[in-house]
Amino acid sequence: MPGKTAEEMALDQKEISVAEFFEKNRHLLGFDNPAKALITVVKEGVDNALDACEEAGKLPHLKINIDDLGENKYEITLKDNGPGIVKEQMPSIFGKLLYGSKFHSRRQSRGQQGIGISASVLYAQLTTGRPAIITSRTDENSITKRFKLKIDTINNEPEILHEEELDDGFEPGTEIKIVVEGKYLQRYHSVDEYLKQTAIANPYAHIEYSNPEGENFDFRRAIHELPPEPQEIKPHPYGVELGVLSRMLKGTESNKVLSFLQNEFTRIGRTSGEEICRLAEVDPDKKPKNLKHNEQERLLNAMQKVKIQRPPTNCLSPISEELIKNGLAKEIDAEFITATSRDPEVYRGNPFQVSCGIAYGGELEERETEKVTIMRYANKVPLLYQSSSCAITKALEKTDWKRYGLNQPGSNGIPKGPAVIFVHLCSTWVPFTSESKESIARYPKIVKEVKLALQESARDLRRHLSRKRKGKKEKRRKKIFSNYMPLVLENAVELAGDGQELTIEPIMKRVIDEKLVEEVEEGDEDE
Amino acid sequence: MSDEEISNELTEIGEIIIQKVRENEVPSVQIPSRTTSNIVYDENLECYVLGGKRTERSAGNIRHVKRLAQMLKVASFCKNELMGTERHVTKRELYYISESWGDKLKFKTQDRSDDLVEDIEAMIGKPREDLKINPKAKGSIYGDMTLKFKNPKGETMAVNCLDSADGQSIGPRTCEADIIECNADKVLAIETDGMYNRLMEENAHEKFNAILVNLGGQATRATRRIIKRINEIKDIPTYIFTDSDPWGLHIAMVIIAGSAKSAHINERLATPDAQWLGVTASDIADYKLRSDELREVDLKRVDELKNDPRYTKNDRLVQELEKWEELGRKSEQQALMRYGFEYVVDEYLPAKLKELGAPGF
Repeated sequence: MPGKTAEEMALDQKEISVAEFFEKNRHLLGFDNPAKALITVVKEGVDNALDACEEAGKLPHLKINIDDLGENKYEITLKDNGPGIVKEQMPSIFGKLLYGSKFHSRRQSRGQQGIGISASVLYAQLTTGRPAIITSRTDENSITKRFKLKIDTINNEPEILHEEELDDGFEPGTEIKIVVEGKYLQRYHSVDEYLKQTAIANPYAHIEYSNPEGENFDFRRAIHELPPEPQEIKPHPYGVELGVLSRMLKGTESNKVLSFLQNEFTRIGRTSGEEICRLAEVDPDKKPKNLKHNEQERLLNAMQKVKIQRPPTNCLSPISEELIKNGLAKEIDAEFITATSRDPEVYRGNPFQVSCGIAYGGELEERETEKVTIMRYANKVPLLYQSSSCAITKALEKTDWKRYGLNQPGSNGIPKGPAVIFVHLCSTWVPFTSESKESIARYPKIVKEVKLALQESARDLRRHLSRKRKGKKEKRRKKIFSNYMPLVLENAVELAGDGQELTIEPIMKRVIDEKLVEEVEEGDEDE
Repeated sequence: MSDEEISNELTEIGEIIIQKVRENEVPSVQIPSRTTSNIVYDENLECYVLGGKRTERSAGNIRHVKRLAQMLKVASFCKNELMGTERHVTKRELYYISESWGDKLKFKTQDRSDDLVEDIEAMIGKPREDLKINPKAKGSIYGDMTLKFKNPKGETMAVNCLDSADGQSIGPRTCEADIIECNADKVLAIETDGMYNRLMEENAHEKFNAILVNLGGQATRATRRIIKRINEIKDIPTYIFTDSDPWGLHIAMVIIAGSAKSAHINERLATPDAQWLGVTASDIADYKLRSDELREVDLKRVDELKNDPRYTKNDRLVQELEKWEELGRKSEQQALMRYGFEYVVDEYLPAKLKELGAPGF
């Protein structure tokens, strides 16, 4: 029997809609199992809400409610106090995959691809068949709009089932209500933990949350000011890939290579631009479109060699040391908290910046013998899953924690001790290992920066522990002398039958204050 | 040494502390150091004694202050609770008694209280028996000798060591008893219970005009003490009869020259005149005794003893040690039983006593 012809095969080929593709590959987006799906839905909603509030310059106030409807169905309601959404865009934002403002921007935001929230809508539709209900009002003077919608998975278009205007005093902001199949768990991988970690990293946000068991959480603000808004930037020359450069050369409006370099990259000025052209042996006046492949390669290599300033930091929204300390302090009653913020660095042309914090002791004391709790964040979003493949975990495991006072069996791996270690990486483009955004790819440069940040904070921890030990030793010393010196006299009096009128207090005080006797003699220490 | 004298010695320790406090100084006491580097062999006394090194135990030292308080408590306890009474305590009892001194002073483990007792012994230069802290009662003594002591009720009584069926047990009262009559002209100390019993049954004490002492293995301090006292007070020779192996020989040596552990009081325990009678290494062949092969630990012990200052100057003993090495065999006292019940008394011991020039042979 003859095989198919190319023509016949061509008939089988057809375009697959993005929505259809994700319907078949939901694990890529973090919906691999019911427990994770519930967290992902909350996470996508929270990401969007916080991004929107910050962009609008409003201190975020989120209200999240999860109702257990039975039979593994949960209704999630998430309301923010953000700028609201204009009526025309509401269906697309929630009902169309890959629709968003963030994909092409080199500015830091929580969401990147414009998939998250519509994927949640799609997931709801696939598991319970229920439409999403979106309500939004832009300000006090405008009308509240409400849509009931689904996604047409073949055409990747919103399918509006119902549309209405409300007049019931809905507070400005956006609310999404969806019903999904899920599983509510507690402890590490839970919505509760996710929101707690979110509250720590975003201490200027007020988050109210009611979980499926009816427990209410109120994560209040520790700071009443928004961090500076990140600016959009052009790529930095360090680490740009050839394909990207090639595309930029073709697309540019500049007429000369030199002006292309100056206009399309950040931190390249006239001098450094000329230097790059000279090193690359490329005519600075040549038309960018006309560069041959080998010239492009030389240009790229030269760009890596010329000393260029670090990328501007205003495109990033790092979590400052102050903010980390405040965030940790408000949710963890620790005995010691420290934080470190590194200078921005670049990987593959993308600026990134690492900050970290350590909370030690206090309420954590009971976890003395357990592994430390690691809180990983990318662009202020907690990462709960795939810890072992993450650059942050790798850096943490490679750090020699014994030097800093934590127990690390085998001098390798996650240390043990009563500590929470917080690590935040922000970047205009975080290199996640997958679309579900759970772990950061292990670029050597990122691992190195995380390690340096951890070491800096760990040095603070070591200082604290050694002060504490010293204080403890001093206290113990005082206690031993105060316990036993009076007994020395008391028993000598009993033995000699003499000296009843004496007191040893002044001698004892001198011994405690002045260390009269060298204290490293033979004999083992008696408690 | 009377209770009163001991009391005074103990009181002096307390006075040292009181004096320092009066002078507004940090209280401390000097204790003869009992570390190995301070244990030396005294050629004149022919036993191990403590050297001149002293360590200071100061209330101003974080590592000492608790032990100093405990030491004063133990001294005070001995003085106020034991001296002038008929009471004695064992080291183990002392450890439990410390429970009543409160959490701060009580001993965590018995070796800590044992250690302090030895410190006090070293400070006053008297064995703990004088403090009425008892050694174990393991040995016993049999023969025509009358001892006078106070019984536990405090009544003075006299006992002849032949009056007790198995011999008089050597405890704290016996070892310090007055020797009011002794008709024997020698002491024969025996390593094993079995041989001691054999000699009693074969009338050895009468035949040899001897006091028999059962060592029951390594001699306790009380046993060494009474052997020393009989030797000194009655001026009669001592012969030690052990198994034919390095361990048996060393049982004799500890009686003769004392042990390193009791260096601080060896002067009161050692009997330098005492002689080892056998069973010697040569006897194994001479008497065709049934023997066993020397094990590795035995040979190692031989080696250690060959380098011990207590042996090196005694050619006879060094030769015996070498003989064991050469033979590679050892024997027990009881191996003599192959020749019958009476052989040891009729043949072996008389030959040996004669060889050593014992009185009456």
